[in-house]
Amino acid sequence: MKLQQLSLFLENRPGRLGAPLEVIAAAGINLMTLSLADTAQFGILRLIVREWEKAKRLLEDAGWVVNITEVVAVDVPDRPGGLADALKALEGAGLNIEYMYAFSLRRGDKAILIFRFEDPDAAIDQLQKAGLHVVGAEELFQHMP
Amino acid sequence: MTSFPFENRVWDEHETLPRDALAALQVERLRDLVDRAARVPFYRDYFALHDVTRRCIRTPADVRRLPFTTKDDLRRHHPLGFLAVPRRELARIHGSSGTTGKPTFVAYTAEDVRNWAELCARFLVAGGLRPEHTCQIAFGYGLFTGGFGLHYGVERVGAAIIPAASGNTRRQIDILRDLDPEVLVCTPSYALTIADTARELGIDPRSLSLRYGHFGGEPWTEDMRREIEDQLDILAFNNYGLSEVIGPGVSGECAARSGMHLQEDHFLVECLHPETLEPVPEGEPGELVITTLTRQAMPMLRYRTRDIARLWREPCACGRTTARMSRVTGRTDDMLIIRGVNVFPSQIEEALLRVEGTTPHYLIEVDRPGTLDEVTVKVEIRPELFSDRMDRMQALRERIGREIQTVANIRANVQLVEPRSIERFVGKAKRVVDRRGLAG
Repeated sequence: MKLQQLSLFLENRPGRLGAPLEVIAAAGINLMTLSLADTAQFGILRLIVREWEKAKRLLEDAGWVVNITEVVAVDVPDRPGGLADALKALEGAGLNIEYMYAFSLRRGDKAILIFRFEDPDAAIDQLQKAGLHVVGAEELFQHMP
Repeated sequence: MTSFPFENRVWDEHETLPRDALAALQVERLRDLVDRAARVPFYRDYFALHDVTRRCIRTPADVRRLPFTTKDDLRRHHPLGFLAVPRRELARIHGSSGTTGKPTFVAYTAEDVRNWAELCARFLVAGGLRPEHTCQIAFGYGLFTGGFGLHYGVERVGAAIIPAASGNTRRQIDILRDLDPEVLVCTPSYALTIADTARELGIDPRSLSLRYGHFGGEPWTEDMRREIEDQLDILAFNNYGLSEVIGPGVSGECAARSGMHLQEDHFLVECLHPETLEPVPEGEPGELVITTLTRQAMPMLRYRTRDIARLWREPCACGRTTARMSRVTGRTDDMLIIRGVNVFPSQIEEALLRVEGTTPHYLIEVDRPGTLDEVTVKVEIRPELFSDRMDRMQALRERIGREIQTVANIRANVQLVEPRSIERFVGKAKRVVDRRGLAG
């Protein structure tokens, strides 16, 4: 049920964000979503792609430091309050979120929340008990063109 | 019984002389040296003024009757004012890397060159070189002493040499793959460049035929040794020397790899406090001061190397009786003064090493935007240090900053940078960029 997320270390300089994305694009790998955390000096780019192993290899060969983190995807109705309701359920389960980001699917009426937990397996358990729908890789990438 | 990673061999019986016999030999050679040095005007004047003759030397410690020689003295007597033999007797002239202007020339007689080969052969054999090996020398061949010194040493041992010389890393890798040498000779930072470049070419550097590496020409660290050994799947050995006294061959590691054995029958080495010039207690860091016992063309009395290291005389498991020296941990002259605080790049390196897993690919940048000095330490990020969590990355940065403050007593702006974004050098690694314009 977990997804493999790629994280890259980037210096905060013009052009640094585009370069790794070009490497992935050149290999015909489509991005499901991305998130960027940054400071004045450096940033961490997080990517969700279907062919994560290939993307990791290409990026590492091109000189980037890449690591793989297991994250958990949950889908919620794409309507006002959809995220707030899900977070309420998480709080009730006592889960601590390291970070999260969200995006809505092009087709359908769902939004996807990506969560980074310290212990993703325990988190999946709790999420499901709280009645949330955890989306696995196969299901998630069905939404890609 | 200590176990070695290969058969322990000693090239020359002088390496295992009993200490008293070694001291007697040093005294004898020191006396002859005083006679030879008296042919150099710089030394002759001092001897006349201070009543120095060969009779002043009764123990090795009497070397303290002799004057110091500095790089500035050599510059003042440019180009060959320190010759102790007629010019026609010279067989070779090398030069030190002219990082501060003109090169300093160093002259050799044929006997000096023969001794040099022997000295290099000693540490090469101590570090596993055997006559059946092939050795790729990726040092510059030229005025720099590294290439020729190691070349003669390998030749003396009877191994095959590939004189690849420095630079053109892709070609180096092609040669390594075509000819399968067991031994690599270069600077430690260049060994890492070779490994990095191999990976860029899609070649696993561990799949190369190399088994031993002999590295010198610049200071490096234990952490760098582990990295080189891991990346190239070799045993890495450190050796030390400087062109002013001969070049490589002053000292080198044996199979025990706990310090470099000083070739004390050829060099009398003191370890002194750089300011008081008094000996430091055994095992404490100090400036190495070297007197050449056998050099004919250009004898050096108490040459101040500016290199900081430790010295000790405990017997070694390998059977050699010679004193050992630590890695060079700093230079007295690349000392930076930051807001009045003396800072050595080696201190920054130590701080980086304390932060687990940090390799010494770093650069110290010093600026003076207004009236106050500002230090930026750029550190290349490694996969082991990288986290997808911003709080961990910030914590890493802060921890490096705290360690620098602890070790070097300065506040530095720590900048994490992408891998390979700090320029690699084929020769000596550049660790400091000082933009304050203080050097004029």
